[in-house]
Amino acid sequence: MVPWVIGLPLIGAAVLLVGGRHTDRWGPYLATLLPGLSFLLSVILFLHELGAHDKSHVSHLYTWIDAGRLHVGADLLYDQLSSLFLLLITGVGTLIHVYSLGYMAHDPRRRRFFGYLNLFVAAMLTLVLAENYLVLFLGWEGVGLASYLLIGFWQHKPSAAAAAKKAFVMNRVGDMGLSLAIALCFVTFGSTSFAVVSHGVAHASEERMTILGLLLLLGACGKSAQLPLQAWLLDAMEGPTPVSALIHAATMVTAGVYLMVRSNFVLDVAPGARTAVVVVAVVTLLWGAIIGCAKDDIKKVLAGSTMSQIGYMMLAAGLGPAGYAFAIFHLLTHGFFKANMFLGAGSVMHGMTGPDGEGDVDMRHYGALRTAMPVTFLTFAMGYLAIIGFPGFSGFWSKDKIIDAALHEHWYVGALALLGAGITAFYMTRLMLMTFFGERRWLDGVHPHESPKVMTGPLVALAALSVLGGLLLLGSWIQDYLEPVVGAPPEDSSGLPAWFASVLTVLVVACGVALAWLLVGRRPVAATSPQQVAWPVTVARHDLYGDAINDTMVVAPGRRLTGVLLSVDRYGVDGVLTGGPFAVGALAGVFRRLQNGYVRSYALSVLGGGLVIVLALMVVNWQ
Amino acid sequence: MSDVTPYLVLSAILFTIGCTGVLIRRNAIVVFMCVELMLNAANLALVAFSRQHGNLDGQVAAFFVMVVAAAEVVIGLAIIMTIFRTRRSASVDEASLLKW
Amino acid sequence: MTATYVITAPVMILAALGILVVRKAVHAALLLAVVMIGLAMVYASLDAPFLFAVQIVVYTGAILMLFLFVLMLVGVDASDSVVETIRGHRIASLLTGLLLGVLLVVTILQLSFGTMKGLAHATALGPGQGGNMPALANQLFSRYVVAFEATSALLITAAVGAMVLAHRERLEPRPSQAELARRRVRQYGEAGTHLGPLPAPGTLARHNAVGTPALLPDGTPSPSSIPPTLRHATPGGRELEESHE
Repeated sequence: MVPWVIGLPLIGAAVLLVGGRHTDRWGPYLATLLPGLSFLLSVILFLHELGAHDKSHVSHLYTWIDAGRLHVGADLLYDQLSSLFLLLITGVGTLIHVYSLGYMAHDPRRRRFFGYLNLFVAAMLTLVLAENYLVLFLGWEGVGLASYLLIGFWQHKPSAAAAAKKAFVMNRVGDMGLSLAIALCFVTFGSTSFAVVSHGVAHASEERMTILGLLLLLGACGKSAQLPLQAWLLDAMEGPTPVSALIHAATMVTAGVYLMVRSNFVLDVAPGARTAVVVVAVVTLLWGAIIGCAKDDIKKVLAGSTMSQIGYMMLAAGLGPAGYAFAIFHLLTHGFFKANMFLGAGSVMHGMTGPDGEGDVDMRHYGALRTAMPVTFLTFAMGYLAIIGFPGFSGFWSKDKIIDAALHEHWYVGALALLGAGITAFYMTRLMLMTFFGERRWLDGVHPHESPKVMTGPLVALAALSVLGGLLLLGSWIQDYLEPVVGAPPEDSSGLPAWFASVLTVLVVACGVALAWLLVGRRPVAATSPQQVAWPVTVARHDLYGDAINDTMVVAPGRRLTGVLLSVDRYGVDGVLTGGPFAVGALAGVFRRLQNGYVRSYALSVLGGGLVIVLALMVVNWQ
Repeated sequence: MSDVTPYLVLSAILFTIGCTGVLIRRNAIVVFMCVELMLNAANLALVAFSRQHGNLDGQVAAFFVMVVAAAEVVIGLAIIMTIFRTRRSASVDEASLLKW
Repeated sequence: MTATYVITAPVMILAALGILVVRKAVHAALLLAVVMIGLAMVYASLDAPFLFAVQIVVYTGAILMLFLFVLMLVGVDASDSVVETIRGHRIASLLTGLLLGVLLVVTILQLSFGTMKGLAHATALGPGQGGNMPALANQLFSRYVVAFEATSALLITAAVGAMVLAHRERLEPRPSQAELARRRVRQYGEAGTHLGPLPAPGTLARHNAVGTPALLPDGTPSPSSIPPTLRHATPGGRELEESHE
């Protein structure tokens, strides 16, 4: 049954993309139905899993590669980890498909959109159901492709096309890391299967495992938009909002975290790699948070927030067995509330459509929308409370557990995570205040209205999940559930009680909210972005100069290298080939002047030639 | 030095002068005359050797050379005249189109 | 190395060198005649009386005169300019010629053939009759008869070929005597061209040389009595040229 979970959306993608215009009318509905069926299958599998004794089973589909020493099967592994992901992907995915039926209702290319969405779901499912790194890589590349297609969905916009390219190229860098990791696996263990590698790490050298861990981290950074490969995520907001919700919030960007958690056996024996993960995660969670503070585009704020929250997940993954389960827990809750907020933002944009038919993303044009769009406001508020960690909501449970684990590990890591939580509270409150509260700053011709039920329905469902997601932690259920996969958490050795971290977090969050209220809520919001601002704001507006760093360090030297290679090819390689004929031509140009048409010159050459021959004969026969 | 050597040397010198004349002179008729000079030089060598070897083969050969030279001159001059009619010039440098 | 040789050889060489350097083609032809006559004399000294005669009669007399005829037809005034059109050609040619000459002479000087046998034995053929010509005839019509016949065919072909080459197709019917007369009178009427034949040179002059212009009734020289080719060669011809018609 497991292959069908992948197969159904894949069939949907094939039918819609290959079928073409004929499927325009009913295609989107088929595409929404199929992930729904996959979700049903996932639920059935999950319930079966809960009661089963042997908790993981492998479906061997066929032998994919059989070359020399390398044997790779197209194997699917269904265990506790994949079961949770299956539910997340198919569940949230189906809700977003339903939402898109309304959001993309007026787009003439929506059939293609749904085809790409199905393709994405199929690839993501392949990624999480893989039994070995190569099948995972197949899914990895598939989601990268789907992301490119969907970011650049509105092809007529040059900014969208550029953003799609940027995302794909930066992901490529990460993919190189993953490819090298797979090769290293093969060289070290002779196989890329998780089972073989997990048993083999005990015998491998630590430095090799450190390198493996770092390479896997590089791959994860690319997909999950962590430093240094983080610059593409904000540009990826060019895609339609359902894409941002599904791919760049809930699922694709979490693939890096999945990879880290799935490769826990590697990280457990390579403390160096684990330290690198923690460092990258902490820097990124602060980076994303700072960026989110200065953006006026609602989607870019949420994107910065995503970057930051994934930093939390990576931090948890880097903390070892103490944090793996919480990384997954936060991943799930984040999937709920971030998708919720993105869809809510899409609903707001939809409602704020101007006379030109374009949705407006600038928060400076919002304000006092809670009365105009009540359902959107309420569902968005649920997500907001979850993300800042309001006690009782899902985010509170997941984030606090991470901060708690961080404090146990090293107090300064925990302190930085706390700081991140505070900044998160600040910018999310700013977003809420600018959008739903305050004075109306609507432009002329804009009449905010509530979205249709097909869009608000998924919002309500996701809001409910944002609230209730914390139930997963009930009785340490999720930790126990994932223990066979990620290992048992160590005993709590620090003297701090469990509620200490929570209290600290709530205090910091309250400070952040208060600061936002003081700076944003109390003062009137300018209708256009002010240019005279303090230098931290300028720096944050430029994404902490992430793009500029990439340009100077990578793009410019790359361009120069390409120029050099081009010259070498044109003048060196081509020169050798065309130089020969050119030399011949030049020589011919010299020699042809001998033929000047005068009979007397020719006679002279005849005589001269004859003389030379006679002389030669004489010299040879000299006695 | 044999008895025949002076005649051979003279023949060689005349031949050389004829060759150089062919190369240097531009008037087609003068070039032709130099060719005749070369033929005469060959004739001299033939006759000298005839006497050297003591049989008349050389003289007979010289005789034939003269006959053939006569025929050749007839045709050559007719050609030059025909060319002169169309080109109004007897210079060998005029026909220089077959070049680079 | 007979006395004939010693005298004629330098003359021949000088004359041959002269062919290289003279500007007028007629002078070159005359110098060639000198060479050929010199050669005839050498043939005579080499016991080849027949060739001596044939050289003068055929070569100098017929062939060279043919050259002169064609020279007159082609343009006896034509003289080569001294400037060489092809760069470096003169030097290269002289050097090559020099090299050729040196090569040939040096090679010849290396050889030795022994003394001349002389033609006394060869010309003593024939029943009781000696002499160069009968012996030659004997060789010609016995051993070399095929070559003889072939060369005669060649001569015929050459004659026919020359006729073909020199023939000019008449493009319009040949004007008759009456037509020519009518034409002349018409030209006289329109342009005042002199109607009668041109005055012969030397008429009413004190001299009857071809180059002396005829005198008109009032005593002045007549420009039309000297052909243009000879005008520069006559005394007073240059004034005639200036007053040219």
